Amino acid sequence: MLRFLIRRIALGLVTLLLLTVIVFALSNVIPGDVGRQILGPFAPQESVDELNQRLGTDQPLYTQYFNRMADYARGDLGESYASREPVSKLIGESFWASAKLALLALLVTIPLAVIAGVYAALKRGSIFDRVIVTLSLAGSSLPEFVTATFIIVTLGVSLSIFPVLARPPDGADPLTQLYYLAMPIMALVIVYFGYIARMARAGVVAALEADYTRTAVMKGLKRGVVIRRHVLRNALLPTISVVATQTGYLFGGLLAVELIFNYNGLGRLLVTAARDKDLPLLSAGVLVIGIVYMIATLLADVLISILNPRVRLGEDG
Amino acid sequence: MSATEARTAALKVEDLEVAYDVRGVLRPVLRGVSFEIRPGEAYGLVGESGCGKSTTAYAAVRYLPGNGHITAGRALIGGDDVTAMGAEDLRALRASRISMVYQDPGQSLNPTIKVGKQVAEAFAVLGASKEEARERAIEALRRVRIADAERVMERYPYQLSGGMQQRAVIAMALACDPQLLILDEPTTGLDATVEAEVLDLVANLRDETGAAILLIAHNLGVVRRTCDRVGIMYAGRIVEEGIAGEVFDDPQHPYTVGLLRCLPRRGAAKSERRLDTIPGSLPLIGTPLPACVFEDRCALASAECRTALPTASHPRPDRTVFCHHVDRVAELVAAPVTAAAGEVAPGEVVLQLEDVSKTFRQGGHEVRALVGVDLELRAGETLGLVGESGSGKTTLAKAILGIHAADQGGVIRLDGETLAGLTTQRSADARRAIQIIFQNPDSALNRSKTVRSILSRALSKLAGLSGQAADDRLEKIREEVVLSPRHLDLKPRQLSGGLKQRVAIGNAFAGDPRIVVCDEPTSALDVSVQAAILNLLADLQRDEQASYIVISHDLGVVRYLSDRIAVLYLGRLMEVGDAATVFAGPHHPYTEALLSAVPSVDGDPPARIRLEGEVPSAIDVPSGCVFHTRCPRAIQGTCEASEPPLVEVEAGHMMRCHIPIDELRRLQATDAG
Repeated sequence: MLRFLIRRIALGLVTLLLLTVIVFALSNVIPGDVGRQILGPFAPQESVDELNQRLGTDQPLYTQYFNRMADYARGDLGESYASREPVSKLIGESFWASAKLALLALLVTIPLAVIAGVYAALKRGSIFDRVIVTLSLAGSSLPEFVTATFIIVTLGVSLSIFPVLARPPDGADPLTQLYYLAMPIMALVIVYFGYIARMARAGVVAALEADYTRTAVMKGLKRGVVIRRHVLRNALLPTISVVATQTGYLFGGLLAVELIFNYNGLGRLLVTAARDKDLPLLSAGVLVIGIVYMIATLLADVLISILNPRVRLGEDG
Repeated sequence: MSATEARTAALKVEDLEVAYDVRGVLRPVLRGVSFEIRPGEAYGLVGESGCGKSTTAYAAVRYLPGNGHITAGRALIGGDDVTAMGAEDLRALRASRISMVYQDPGQSLNPTIKVGKQVAEAFAVLGASKEEARERAIEALRRVRIADAERVMERYPYQLSGGMQQRAVIAMALACDPQLLILDEPTTGLDATVEAEVLDLVANLRDETGAAILLIAHNLGVVRRTCDRVGIMYAGRIVEEGIAGEVFDDPQHPYTVGLLRCLPRRGAAKSERRLDTIPGSLPLIGTPLPACVFEDRCALASAECRTALPTASHPRPDRTVFCHHVDRVAELVAAPVTAAAGEVAPGEVVLQLEDVSKTFRQGGHEVRALVGVDLELRAGETLGLVGESGSGKTTLAKAILGIHAADQGGVIRLDGETLAGLTTQRSADARRAIQIIFQNPDSALNRSKTVRSILSRALSKLAGLSGQAADDRLEKIREEVVLSPRHLDLKPRQLSGGLKQRVAIGNAFAGDPRIVVCDEPTSALDVSVQAAILNLLADLQRDEQASYIVISHDLGVVRYLSDRIAVLYLGRLMEVGDAATVFAGPHHPYTEALLSAVPSVDGDPPARIRLEGEVPSAIDVPSGCVFHTRCPRAIQGTCEASEPPLVEVEAGHMMRCHIPIDELRRLQATDAG
């Protein structure tokens, strides 16, 4: 188990390292230099050069990269080129905003989707089952920005049930906050409900038809026991990995929803950073999303290995 | 047990009819099945796939798939009508009075729960406390001859071998001391030696518990070894019923006669005779069959058979046969076998293996899967490879095919030319020369292509043919593998298993191969289809002068096709010789044990040799003769000390054993007598 964890974490770190290289390389593909970007088209070339020198952006790419990595190693995320504020502060604020939105969305989606999926599988072929299958397929086929726009137009603009901007006033109580966040959460739930519900349903259907379930039934176990002990555990293994991957995606998927609802989260911050060529902010932000993704999948793997002895004991074949 | 209870059947099935709901239409599968299993009796249901034997068993315990319905008839277990039971009564019945053992024990155990917990569950459901259930589970595992029961309790199913898994399932099944134990193909997929152990275990437990047994098996040898009485099923009806040995030795229904004549039994070989086949094919599920179900495939069928349901007749004591022409069945039994179309004298040496070894690395260990194999194969000759799983049969075949490269040092020559290790490094000619036929034809055929395009592709890839030449050759292959022209435009999923295997064989023969590896070529097929495929392989070999390497766990099949036999154990050749010699003996003690383990439809010899334990791990092979740890004839002090060489003990018969052949001959003659 420990070896498995260490291997997974090491692998994750390598992935993150690769991620920094890619982000760094990509952001430097965008033409134009940083000093010019910050000071604007009319600033004299001398000031631009001077700024580039100060920021270190006149140095060769690999030197910049290694300097940045050295800073990261010291725990220093650097300063934003655009706002001159520490990156850690900017990221920190928007990270928690995003996390709040994502967690709330997951908190609603997971139980709802798992219960709906499991129930649909147990009542396979019923009206309920067909409704769930159709709804989840429809929901997850639409991209977030379509769902979000649709919700805004109907619930926000036409019916004016919820505020169009998802920006609760400062110091608002949790209920008010929830009221403001209701529409973005809804948009996310609609998309992620489908994936998770379908996975849960497929897992339960497969487990119900499995030979070991037949063994359990023929042992004379009560139906509830068969389902709890023999079906669900095996059935929900694939669902757990989907949930984890979706959590990672969710953080990326927030981007569109945050933009549409004008919500100050990580996604919006990153879009701004990319537009401004604000490299320190961009690479730190991507790194944070990478870490979230990594932790989510790691947690899923640990959970799966607790439930599945074959993975836990690290044997195969 | 009171007198009335003793007379109540353990299972009584009365005119049971089951239909499957296929898109709103009820399609009959069982058309009125009746039989009775007395308390303590073992009853076998026999028949080809689709005949309804499994449906009968699952209907009797009310575990049909969602679209399966009992449309008429009853099933009584210990006098209680299962078909009329409510859910709770049914659950109680399953918990305390009936048990089942299934095919594929690995799938039948829950992969995420420890074996001990799963066995204990069967006791807990009877009301045992958690602690008590655990204690009794350990006891139950000991009862099925698991020595280190405590350790096995803590294991997960995948950590046990197939034989051990099946023991655990049996332990679970015996928890409630069942009146009726249903065994659904319990040894299919297990090695012959493991199969023998499981069957012995079932026989012993039956003596101890007095449970009645319903055995479903397609292997007639398994049924004969286990059962007192047997019912032969065809298309949802029992057509013949009687005492197992008597039915197999003296069949009285035309279908039973046909089925038994399809089997390569009593040492049949391709050089002597063709196998009989049953013309036509099984009726499709749901076909209305108001009269005799076997009528359209029966040589005796008359107008009467097409209009009236045959009634029971009793041509022998304890025998029931449903046939209008019982009096004429003797004609079928006496029909002469078709002689082989001519024997081929083996030609030049095609394939030569010298000191071929294969070592795998696994977690820092060396696994020697194949050790110093020397073999020769002549043109038009068949070499049968025999051994338990892990013996190296498949590893050897893969090395010959170049799927994996043999270790440095060994040589594989094709027509005198040394072959590169991997098929990708070999010349196109060498690749074309060695082909394979798989157990499961689906894996070899592209599902999205028609038979015509599958064969055309093989012709262009392997033979480099296109245009008219390819069409001509395609036509010839089609005729050779006996497919009708209309089959060419179908896709694999529209074909039956036997037809698919014919396409796969045509595929392999597209490039005029010198050598065809047949890996369990008929294991997935029914006996009547198997016979046709074996005949086809024999015909093709005669016409094309191809050499075969046949791998099969069915020794009847190996014997029928093979000219020579090589017996492998832990990657080493233990015995090589002419098929007749190897089967007749004197045998290597391992061969002797293997032959003795396989249940025969002709009945077992009075004394059987039982191999103890499992094949040792190839990571840590025993010292001296690798077989000495399980050898019933091992000589203390000699066999563990040095490995005997493979030497010619008589003309054309090689053996790796410390015991001189005359001594083996004497020992084996004594035991047989």
